[in-house]
Amino acid sequence: MMSDMTTDKPPAIRVQGLMKSFGDLRAVDGVDFEVPAGTVLGLLGPNGAGKTTVVRMLTTLMTPDAGRVEVAGLDAVEQATELRSRIGLAGQYAAVDENLTGAENLTMVGRLYGMTRGAAKARGQELLEEFDLVEAAGRPASTYSGGMRRRLDLAAALVAKPEVLFLDEPTTGLDPRSRLDLWATVETLKAAGTTVLLTTQYLDEADRLADSIAVIDHGRLIAEGTSDELKDRVGGERLEVTLAEGADSDAAIEALLPMSDERPVSEDGVVRLQVRQRGGTLVEAVKRLGEAGLDVEDLELRRPTLDDVFLTLTGHAAEATEPEEATA
Amino acid sequence: MPRILSDMLIIAERNLVRLPRSPDLLLAVTVQPVMFVLLFVYVFGGAIQTPGFDNYKDFLLPGIIVQNIAFGGFLTALGLAEDMNKGLVDRFRSLPMARSAVLAGRTSADIVTNLLSIAVLVVTGLIIGFSFDAPLQNIIAGVGILLLFGYAFSWVFALIGLLVSSPEAANSVGFIAVFPLTFISSAFVPVESMPSVLQTVADVNPFTITVDAMRHLWVGGPAGNAVWGAVVWSFVIFAIAAPLAVSRYRKAASK
Repeated sequence: MMSDMTTDKPPAIRVQGLMKSFGDLRAVDGVDFEVPAGTVLGLLGPNGAGKTTVVRMLTTLMTPDAGRVEVAGLDAVEQATELRSRIGLAGQYAAVDENLTGAENLTMVGRLYGMTRGAAKARGQELLEEFDLVEAAGRPASTYSGGMRRRLDLAAALVAKPEVLFLDEPTTGLDPRSRLDLWATVETLKAAGTTVLLTTQYLDEADRLADSIAVIDHGRLIAEGTSDELKDRVGGERLEVTLAEGADSDAAIEALLPMSDERPVSEDGVVRLQVRQRGGTLVEAVKRLGEAGLDVEDLELRRPTLDDVFLTLTGHAAEATEPEEATA
Repeated sequence: MPRILSDMLIIAERNLVRLPRSPDLLLAVTVQPVMFVLLFVYVFGGAIQTPGFDNYKDFLLPGIIVQNIAFGGFLTALGLAEDMNKGLVDRFRSLPMARSAVLAGRTSADIVTNLLSIAVLVVTGLIIGFSFDAPLQNIIAGVGILLLFGYAFSWVFALIGLLVSSPEAANSVGFIAVFPLTFISSAFVPVESMPSVLQTVADVNPFTITVDAMRHLWVGGPAGNAVWGAVVWSFVIFAIAAPLAVSRYRKAASK
């Protein structure tokens, strides 16, 4: 997949035939994908789809039942320790030591990466500045707000300047501002050449951050491609025409028929159709409706969202609440 | 320094710096033992006969110190239960550190807090009239036995902390599992004063053996095989609890 984005470098992540079961539950059921170096992959799926299990296997926290995982050219089972020195992980929970200060947390993580105390301290200071935690640096993390904890957690994941960063639902439970901050951080990291794999159940997040998206449901990849490619899979632009009070919707359907491959549908005075092309569509629609003598209250042309994609691919909405992932 | 050792020290340090910031924990390792010494000496002391010892203080101090040291491991149970709950174990496991350092560092930190408890208890004892009746090397050997016994129990508490689901549960399960053992022993009253069933339990109880070893080393009580027995028991407890805790840690952490 994603061959159109391949560079000279080998892929930063290569996953083949990945399997993991818990008892009778096949949490991950034969997953393959590659992430080119320096790109962002969005692993998109509802709760319980197997996203966290995939991340746990890619970060060596869990051993696959079958299949092969290579991160930064290293085998996740055979070369686990070396692999760990090249990655960063920020999980669903802010994994910080609440009894330590922000600065102490980062220093500890740096030292556990093998840095000297002085180097770890200096790197920690850099990150505290980058993540706007300088003022809180000397306070125990237990006094931090949820957003600050997440920032500290992300900073901890970046201590060793990892080549590959794993973010497991990084914005779940974050307030809108912190969410935007995190997006900006991911974009900065990508610009600096870091490969990022992020899982999310938020479609707008994948749409905004990911160069390519892999959709996972019930442990299987059901689609992959760029955001645009996925949207194209569920068809082209949607045109919605809200007719003025009393306008004949059947006449509107007839008037718009030549613009679509399928017969437009109407409901409560709103006519919907899939159009073949984007350019000139609105002008053409207004002209046709005007010629038919129909008054229009509102016209909207929109691209299909990833919500449409998910609904089409899985038959259920992406953000539907399902029981928590057994492995979460 | 080998990696495992330096990682262990980093984790131990991390577990120790929290102590001065957690007044509740600090009270638990300092004021609480002192309170028990005072209560036992002045409430029960007059009623308990301790043939062969100058007074109840000399009898009690080695006993209560062993009890306290065994319970010193509760910090490990608490800390590990917290780390598991808060996802910190995942962070550690994603780092290129020695994996065993998480448990080894946590239990090693108890050695430092146990030393603090020993110091506080000995000073309290000396103030209220306890006196050593042994050569210096025996007194030092006694401290060694206390630390060894405490370290073995840190692994028992490590196992408890990894088995339960929350720090609160770690506290109460640890208490229920270890507290009766400390009482059905020679720690607080002479074993001969108990009903015969309890005497049987008390006689083989590692607490009795370790307390008797301490009495021999610190106040010249009868030795028997208690000193070697105490060392052997510490190793046995360690040899059972540590592999169980490690395997439980591996299982729980990889979920």
